[in-house]
Amino acid sequence: MQRPPVPPLMSRSTAALLLGLLALVAASFHSLSIKWGDLFSADALRSSAEFVAGFVPPELASAFLSRVGGALLETLSMSALSTLIAFCAGLLLAIPASGRMGSSLRAATRLLLNVLRSIPELVWASILLIAAGLGPFAGTLALAAHTGGVLGRLFADTLENLPRAPEETLRINGASPLAAFLYAALPLAWPQFVSYALYRWENNIRAAAILGVVGAGGLGQMLKYHLSLFQMQQAATVILAMLVMVALVDAISFWLRHRLME
Amino acid sequence: MIGALLLAVLCWPMLVYTEFNPLTLLEAQSLEATWRFLSDFFPPAHSAEFLMMALQATWETVAIATAGLTLALLGAVPLTLMATSIVSVSQLESGRMRLAGRLLRQAVRWLLVLLRSVPELVWALLFVRIVGLGPTAGVLAIALTYCGMLGKVYAEILESSDGHATATLLENGAGRLAALCYGALPEAAAELLSYTTYRWECAIRGSVVMGFVGAGGLGQRMDESLKMLAGGEVASMLLIFVLLVACADGISSALRKRLG
Repeated sequence: MQRPPVPPLMSRSTAALLLGLLALVAASFHSLSIKWGDLFSADALRSSAEFVAGFVPPELASAFLSRVGGALLETLSMSALSTLIAFCAGLLLAIPASGRMGSSLRAATRLLLNVLRSIPELVWASILLIAAGLGPFAGTLALAAHTGGVLGRLFADTLENLPRAPEETLRINGASPLAAFLYAALPLAWPQFVSYALYRWENNIRAAAILGVVGAGGLGQMLKYHLSLFQMQQAATVILAMLVMVALVDAISFWLRHRLME
Repeated sequence: MIGALLLAVLCWPMLVYTEFNPLTLLEAQSLEATWRFLSDFFPPAHSAEFLMMALQATWETVAIATAGLTLALLGAVPLTLMATSIVSVSQLESGRMRLAGRLLRQAVRWLLVLLRSVPELVWALLFVRIVGLGPTAGVLAIALTYCGMLGKVYAEILESSDGHATATLLENGAGRLAALCYGALPEAAAELLSYTTYRWECAIRGSVVMGFVGAGGLGQRMDESLKMLAGGEVASMLLIFVLLVACADGISSALRKRLG
């Protein structure tokens, strides 16, 4: 009996893809020329151990803790306020971006939203420092700029996917476009908008914590400050505060999601 | 009315904490600096020398992301094998995991949580202090953070796959690794690869951002140009960045479509 031929292990295109990936990885390591020997030499290991040992014990003096608390509130305020601004801006931009004011305006606003969205918060923060100066104000604006782009895009998509009938019925019966939008489209889309905004707020809390490393306020700015003065114990406290805050936010959002799902 | 009042009461402390003052944007000094910076945006810098430098920085960014993700993968695979509960022989026999196994799995899980809870930017900031400015800090930061993320999600994907095949293989005396490779892996492979590709895309974005704290690549060059208020250079680098992210996005979704 003739046995069927053994199927090839992988198709030729898969093999080419794998080879390409391997080449990319090899080229990456080669071009970065990381000195692994230096990294793991006894000297380097000792100095890293010293560096890590400098973090304990974290600074827990009450005066310092209250400053950390202040920075924490600053971080939370930055995230909340920026989400609020982004919500309003996103809503305003989503109306033209959903094609309700002509297709050329739709393309233009979508382009604007894409630009806002594709530049990360941290890059926005470093650019906005020039106009707004060091501090949490620049950070808030940066978060609002990026989030405005994200929310505007999501809102516009939601508005485009709504059923058309309610809005058109109002229009046929003589309502103005604005009234039709406010009374038919917006109530339908609102719960989705709020849930997007809450989701972005959660993201923004995380982002606001680190924005400060370029000087835009909050916990990050404190971390950068103490690290650059080599005050490791203070830096450790700030990092711990970040971890606790993020863990709490995660837990609350997990709990809320489960409550809402039920 | 009451709602508006409530909103105002809630917003006031936030406005104070964020030092929210739009008037600073309109001060003559900051207006002048902004105008000078923005008017420099056009035309974007395009001398051959600058483009060569930007191209090199862009490659460095891609290389940091790729090398970091490779290292993360090397760490994440063994950690996943330790963390996933579908290869627990004791659980299969008695319905309960042995104490030692449970402790090991929990310890590995905590390690993964720790690795991914510290933001990559903070890892980068710390590594810049240890190994100095340059791409090495970026590679290590990505390796640690993404090791935590990959390990967690890999374990979840494996556990959400149908454990029946793996269990049967284990019951019939297959080794754990063999049971995993022939039982759960074929079903989960596409999802594992697709998640890894998505993370590669995230790593490229992350490595640009980490450049701002001195971890090499396009971000570091952009930071330098921003500090010199060289608007033209910033404009070109922003364009390059947007193109790079779009390319990575395209490649990653093409790869995922092939898998899906």
